[in-house]
Amino acid sequence: MQASDRFNINSQLEHLQAKYVGTGHADMNRFEWAVNIQRDSYASYVGHHPILSYFAIAENESIGRERYNFMQKMLLPCGLPPEREDD
Amino acid sequence: MYLYNLTLQQATGIVCAINGSFSGGKSQEIVVARGKVLDLLRPDDNGKIQTILSVEVFGAIRSLAHFRLTGAHKDYIVVGSDSGRIVILDYNKEKNVFDKIHQETFGKSGCRRIVPGQYLGIDPKGRAVMVGACEKQKLVYVLNRDTSARLTISSPLEAHKSHTIVYSIVGVDCGFDNPVFAAIELDYSEADQDSTGQAASEAQKHLTFYELDLGLNHVSRKWSEQVDNGANMLVTVPGGGDGPSGVLVCAENFVIYKNQGHPDVRAVIPRRADLPAERGVLIVSAAMHKQKSMFFFLLQTEYGDVFKVTLDHDNDRVSELKIKYFDTIPVSSSLCVLKLGFLFAASEFGNHGLYQFQAIGDDPDVESSSATLMETEEGFQPVFFQPRGLKNLVRIDQVESLMPIMDMKVSNLFEEETPQIFSLCGRGPRSSLRILRPGLAISEMAVSQLPGVPSAVWTVKKNVNDEFDAYIVVSFTNATLVLSIGETVEEVSDSGFLDTTPSLDVSLIGDDSLMQVHPTGIRHIREDGRINEWRTPGKRTIVKVGSNRLQVVVALSGGELIYFEVDMTGQLMEVEKHEMSGDVACLDIAPVPEGRQRSRFLAVGSYDNTIRILSLDPDDCMQILSLQSLSSPPDSLLFLEVQASIGGEDGADHPASLFLNTGLQSGVLFRIVVDMVTGQLSDARSRFLGLRAPKLFSVAVRGRRAMLCLSSRPWLGYIHQGHFLLTPLSYETLEYAASFSSDQCAEGVVAVAGDALRVFTIERLGETFNEMTIPLRYTPRKFVLQPKRKLLVIIESDQGSFAAEEREASRKECFEAAGMGENGKKEMENGGDDEDKDDPLSDEQYGYPKAESDKWVSCIRVLDPRTTETTCLLELQDNEAAFSICTVNFHDKEYGTLLAVGTAKGLQFWPKRSFSAAYIHIYRFMKDGRSLELLHKTQVDGVPLALSQFQGRLLAGIGPVLRLYDLGKRRLLRKCENKLFPNTINSIHTYRDRIYVGDVQESFHYCKYRRDENQLYIFADDSVPRWLTASYHIDFDTMAGGDKFGNIYFVRLPQDVSDEIEEDPTGGKIKWEQGKLNGAPNKVEEIVQFHVGDVVTCLQKASLIPGGQESLIYGTVMGSLGALLAFSSRDDVDFFNHLEMHMRQEHPPLCGRDHMAYRSAYFPVKDVVDGDLCEQFPTLPMDLQRKIADELDRTPGEILKKLEEIRNKIV
Repeated sequence: MQASDRFNINSQLEHLQAKYVGTGHADMNRFEWAVNIQRDSYASYVGHHPILSYFAIAENESIGRERYNFMQKMLLPCGLPPEREDD
Repeated sequence: MYLYNLTLQQATGIVCAINGSFSGGKSQEIVVARGKVLDLLRPDDNGKIQTILSVEVFGAIRSLAHFRLTGAHKDYIVVGSDSGRIVILDYNKEKNVFDKIHQETFGKSGCRRIVPGQYLGIDPKGRAVMVGACEKQKLVYVLNRDTSARLTISSPLEAHKSHTIVYSIVGVDCGFDNPVFAAIELDYSEADQDSTGQAASEAQKHLTFYELDLGLNHVSRKWSEQVDNGANMLVTVPGGGDGPSGVLVCAENFVIYKNQGHPDVRAVIPRRADLPAERGVLIVSAAMHKQKSMFFFLLQTEYGDVFKVTLDHDNDRVSELKIKYFDTIPVSSSLCVLKLGFLFAASEFGNHGLYQFQAIGDDPDVESSSATLMETEEGFQPVFFQPRGLKNLVRIDQVESLMPIMDMKVSNLFEEETPQIFSLCGRGPRSSLRILRPGLAISEMAVSQLPGVPSAVWTVKKNVNDEFDAYIVVSFTNATLVLSIGETVEEVSDSGFLDTTPSLDVSLIGDDSLMQVHPTGIRHIREDGRINEWRTPGKRTIVKVGSNRLQVVVALSGGELIYFEVDMTGQLMEVEKHEMSGDVACLDIAPVPEGRQRSRFLAVGSYDNTIRILSLDPDDCMQILSLQSLSSPPDSLLFLEVQASIGGEDGADHPASLFLNTGLQSGVLFRIVVDMVTGQLSDARSRFLGLRAPKLFSVAVRGRRAMLCLSSRPWLGYIHQGHFLLTPLSYETLEYAASFSSDQCAEGVVAVAGDALRVFTIERLGETFNEMTIPLRYTPRKFVLQPKRKLLVIIESDQGSFAAEEREASRKECFEAAGMGENGKKEMENGGDDEDKDDPLSDEQYGYPKAESDKWVSCIRVLDPRTTETTCLLELQDNEAAFSICTVNFHDKEYGTLLAVGTAKGLQFWPKRSFSAAYIHIYRFMKDGRSLELLHKTQVDGVPLALSQFQGRLLAGIGPVLRLYDLGKRRLLRKCENKLFPNTINSIHTYRDRIYVGDVQESFHYCKYRRDENQLYIFADDSVPRWLTASYHIDFDTMAGGDKFGNIYFVRLPQDVSDEIEEDPTGGKIKWEQGKLNGAPNKVEEIVQFHVGDVVTCLQKASLIPGGQESLIYGTVMGSLGALLAFSSRDDVDFFNHLEMHMRQEHPPLCGRDHMAYRSAYFPVKDVVDGDLCEQFPTLPMDLQRKIADELDRTPGEILKKLEEIRNKIV
């Protein structure tokens, strides 16, 4: 593999990461991965009305409230991030 | 196994709704998205909502918006869906279709986090649209017109911002300045990095304005300012001369007016006095109404209270924001204020309402204002109010909605010809049990007893130009009774009809004379009262008659036909005689075609199992044109002419055609196309209607000719949105019928049955089911049928509500308080007070008061569906709620059938599932099953979500444990258990010694019980994680399931594995002990997979037609019912597979989602043909239909016949 190729792959990856939220990388930790999955899930719940209604029935809340709750949970879906280890 | 999927009842819930003028001019229409269906509704002159158009789009519609180009007269529809495309639709009034004007791809398909489609914002002047995702991406499209005034759309302009969650997007009204869009945004980038939690707690929502510079063709962030952290929704405020511009930010507890360079104007949303302090008030839907001189907003909270919001402003400075209590209606997902003075509220759950404005809330009422906003140390001072009866609105119509269907069972409890569908629908106080029957609803207008048992009935007009019928003529075995229709219906004797003889036919002849055919002759009554009689030759009598307005054919006993025509002077002249080979069974003449002298076709049915088409043209009179042999003797004939149509509101594009319908003695309706020139017969279809030979009558439905078939139950054949539908009527057996039109009832039917004369109208054309509703108290969860006793036992439970006694107490208190207050006030209030007493705060309207989330109310109800009476209702006490139910016969048979109910106390889902106790109650049936008595209750260590009888014992799924119980004197006795299930058991089915257990996340587990070793063990499971919401046992090796993501699938244990297990003396136990991949040693195989696009909550195998093949019926959260039918021949599979393939190619779905991708959204579709797509075939243009038909080596007619046949197999 030549140096220019490597540069290419890296830059492509970076491009992907910038374009598609949630594209992973080699140093991704468990927390980041989980946060992504959770945010994707919440966005999917909000997008699919039948699922949103299903949750609303289970919790006996209005669909509008349920949508708001899911959007709110996208801020910190998995609680606080772990403390960073020294780079 | 190959299945055919067909939606029987389209989704009835509404995701979002918009109103505008989509057909142009002054019309007001509502476009509603019902998940995967787009409907156009219109309130008619009587204030009834009519569905004009309904299109299945095969994609999830998430948002709708409408816009109007400046100077244009109609609105376009923008659809935000899961297709990764923006779609602009135009309603084509002439053809009654949505035309796709533009479809622009911008991203991947599916409801994804960063692919736009969730939000739509429209520039109020119709110059640009912004489509946004939940996170990051926002795209702006510029809308314009080209030289020929067609709508153009630009390439997208990006307004992305990374790491930002978006809550709402709207267009800001700034007149003809550059378009501006507003969004509520929350940046999470810092919160994700900061492990101390400080950044997260400081995270702040911002209101951001994006400006589209039309000159530079560029979008920039114009302004961004902090906004209340509870903000969830934006509402556009009129601007550009009509108002101050800017936006209303709806936040938890507050409404805030914001605009660039303007200080915030904030007011609190009034709270219900009984609301727990920890609960906020959130606005969930909003509507703006703008007139020339004023504008106001209607905002609805999550509890259903509607507030009127007004702004006091001086040009663009807003001085005061007022929130006044308006009325309370059920919580809606969208509100639409129509210019006609109507409010359409699309309910989240349950029936939708159309309300009329009585007032616009100008009377004094509880009001909060920005001017009186008080800030204290604990925050802003709340304003309280008490909900009251409707004052400003009055409900004038409701649209039925089954949403959500919680459980469903199909059974013939009423012992009718077809089974009934019992479905539990709705939520909280608006729940109901709905009994659905296939067929059209009718409304009975009058029933009157007659002096004898009538044999036939006719209606006649006095003149062809009359709008209404003049007489009802009833024939008895030896007399004829004439009733005149006026204000009332009464007997007359001056009509000229012979009343001492039975009649064979009564009709209008020529322009203005009447004809009565009786066994010995024809009586022709001229308009001036002259009577001409024609007598039969010799002793022969007339047996059958066929007539239209200008031609009459009578058949004499022995088989002679005599043909009469009305000549120029209005005389009835004998033209021709013809001898048939034997007696005539039935005959009919086709109606006179428009602008012609006579009809060419006479159909004669004979007892030798044939029908002949005879010519009535003078040059070949009584020549046989064609002949059709039948399977049994014909009993009744009817020509039905279908007029040519080029589409429009109730027909698709099709040429004129003539159908000959024959009712056979075997109960079959035989339908055949008659060539309008040559009289040749082709394209025969037959359908079994009932146990009696169908009698056919022509009636009018929506101004068109339709057919009423009276067999052991009545059927109506009519054309609806381009389809010919033959649907049963939910009515008793009728003998004879005629169309009926009078002042009170424009399009009715008069019929005789027994000794009564009945007048009725047919309602809600186009619907498959008619429903009977029985209200329930709380959200129904599950029910069991007791087929022998014909009773239902239903469990209902609601979270976060007060128990019945507490509610009653607080209501009393509230009434007393209100009464005190009102007595102290003026007399004026009394008017409203009286209304309140009629309807003392019905829970259905206002919802139950909210309690803390660990409070539960629940009840067990025994219901007799025939009398709709609740024979026993047990309220559970102390936060106990019922979740599962089954009937069980323990093997010692001491008590007979018992009822087991699984309950939990103080269940909470959040932050972690917890409960204080869980029980299994055992009830015994008293008073012939009409009442329940608690035998004992047994505490268990998990929530019992599934119960089932198994070999004279009770199987219970308690959390992850499957346990077998036996009945003891004081409690249930544990016999055996298996703790190896992954999560929570939510369904148990049993068959012989196998147990099929459904897990909430992990699909099915097949188990066996070994009695000798007293052991339960899992011998097979699924390799795919499935979040089960519904399950049904199909056969020994096969289970059907529905998952949370909207898929239906079938799994089957491979035959060799199944045999091996059955033959193995240890029942696969040795293998079981080994296991495989952390699971059971055997894996089931997926044999069918299909994405329904809606959460399936219940499944049942049943046949909806007598003697028909069984299909799998499913019900969904959005309130739709569908069926999966197994194909019975390989040819059909091939045919429908190819038809589906061509439809996918030639007719891609309306909202841009690829059909195959949609049906394979989570797993690739397997062995299911989508009938909903195939059934769109008749809506295609003629040339496309022919093209597809050619490819399939068939004619379009044959394809339609196939589609009709397969539908008739299901319902």
